[in-house]
Amino acid sequence: MSKPYVSVEGISRKFPGLTVFDNVWFGVNRGEFVCLVGHSGCGKTTILNILAGLDAPSGGVVLADGREISGPSLERAVIFQGHALMPWLTAEQNVAFALGCKHKGWDAGRLRDVARSALEKVGLGAARAKKPSELSGGMKQRVGIARAFAVEPKMMLMDEPFSALDALTRGALQEEVSRLVTEAGQTAFMITHDVDEAILLSDRILLMTNGPMARVAEVVINTLPKPRVRATLHHQPGYHELRDHIMDFLITRSRSLAGVAPRDYDPRHPPEVSPAG
Amino acid sequence: MQKPVSAWRATLLSLIILTCFLGTWELALQGAGQGGGAAIDPEYAALLGQAAASGGQTPMPKPSEIGRRLFQLLSDPFYIRGPNDQGIGIQVAYSLGRVLLGFGMAALIAIPLGFVIGMSPLLNAALNPFIQVLRPVSPLAWMPLALFTIQDSSISAVFVIFICSIWPMLLNTAFGVSAVRREWLNVARTLEAGTWRTAFRVILPAAAPTILTGMRISIGIAWLVIVAAEMLVGGTGIGYWVWNQWNNLSIADICIAILMIGLVGLALDRLLGLLARAVAWQE
Repeated sequence: MSKPYVSVEGISRKFPGLTVFDNVWFGVNRGEFVCLVGHSGCGKTTILNILAGLDAPSGGVVLADGREISGPSLERAVIFQGHALMPWLTAEQNVAFALGCKHKGWDAGRLRDVARSALEKVGLGAARAKKPSELSGGMKQRVGIARAFAVEPKMMLMDEPFSALDALTRGALQEEVSRLVTEAGQTAFMITHDVDEAILLSDRILLMTNGPMARVAEVVINTLPKPRVRATLHHQPGYHELRDHIMDFLITRSRSLAGVAPRDYDPRHPPEVSPAG
Repeated sequence: MQKPVSAWRATLLSLIILTCFLGTWELALQGAGQGGGAAIDPEYAALLGQAAASGGQTPMPKPSEIGRRLFQLLSDPFYIRGPNDQGIGIQVAYSLGRVLLGFGMAALIAIPLGFVIGMSPLLNAALNPFIQVLRPVSPLAWMPLALFTIQDSSISAVFVIFICSIWPMLLNTAFGVSAVRREWLNVARTLEAGTWRTAFRVILPAAAPTILTGMRISIGIAWLVIVAAEMLVGGTGIGYWVWNQWNNLSIADICIAILMIGLVGLALDRLLGLLARAVAWQE
């Protein structure tokens, strides 16, 4: 097996008297979409921030491309939970700001043209001159997505990017992200609460137990064939088994498995399951 | 919730209030100031001149008299007839010049320094005691020290403006910079934006409305203080002019000066208000 693009090796987050998570190991291969599912308080966002380089683990290391992550990098773009757009810039200027950070030598005209086409890719060509306050929640998050994809990162990190949106908008954006990830062969890591979102987008789903002492209890292999379409996903054979397995985990096993790991648990190789067959 | 008011109705009411105020003033002084000086000795009156001749008391001017005087002053605002007799426009210009100089220098120091303080919790904590002690000091208390060290009255006045306008700008800039949302800074960090790009493209626009509020407070205080400072240092400026007209007992001129000070202060505030609107952003 080839070396994963990102390799999380035994990271922990400890406060005096509290261990949020300890000895977490997993990898994300090139072109793979990995979802992390778990309840609040298990340190999901911390793990994502560590991958982004915005936070540092108390112990352990994360390697990206074989090198230790020591800070944020343009190679790993983040789509934030709140859209995190700058309200004094228009949609186009927000994307152009990101592009300008990556391509220091580009002139304003080129930045504008590329930002415009990035917005057109997410269906926002007409709203490019609008400020974030004039855009709906879904449109704002689209700009955030366009900004992240525009810098063509090696890896996309998403922190519950759709959790603040209504169900219809969320569905549309999930398909949008699915399409963009597939087109670009994008390596991606996403945190989510939404089981259907995880099934639609991911190749592997990491299930985390509740904190404190949270751990990756199981790795669920999503064997449903791609491309997956939201409209037909739930008719695919194996979908319900997969969904039930994750739901069971979230409702009961995330709690019952919490705390000290069983003796045969190997943190480097959490048990893998393929409920969809 | 109040209902919105149409602009012309408010203006009409303002005009009515003004007319009533000026009318009452005019009528109240009708017939006053005459025949009050019967007991004055003519020789004494001759010695003291006009003021004593009109009864030992300068009469309060009527609005119509003030209006005539205002027209007279404004028809030639920029004349210079010696150091003690210069047009009101010149005097206002002197005061404005001092305010803008002191305010400008304060901005040049307060905004960068506030930026650094806002970015560094250590500096913030270290400088906070000094700021808290110096901020409530009346700017005029600095005047003797300024006169002693600078030894130039006009520059001392500028210094007093500088010292009084620095604090609101410093504190507002530091607050605005420290309150920049974490997620925007995280965006800049994940984009590897670098210190300068982050400072000028993220933090500065994010904090600009707060900084402008500080500037607006500062210029208001500076315009308040310049009048008092010029009364002390003398020479030129609208504050000195007020004091001079008090010594001349030209009450009408004092009323006009009050009006001018108010109007210029309003204009300064509006100017910064426009600037504030230009950098405002809405979430």
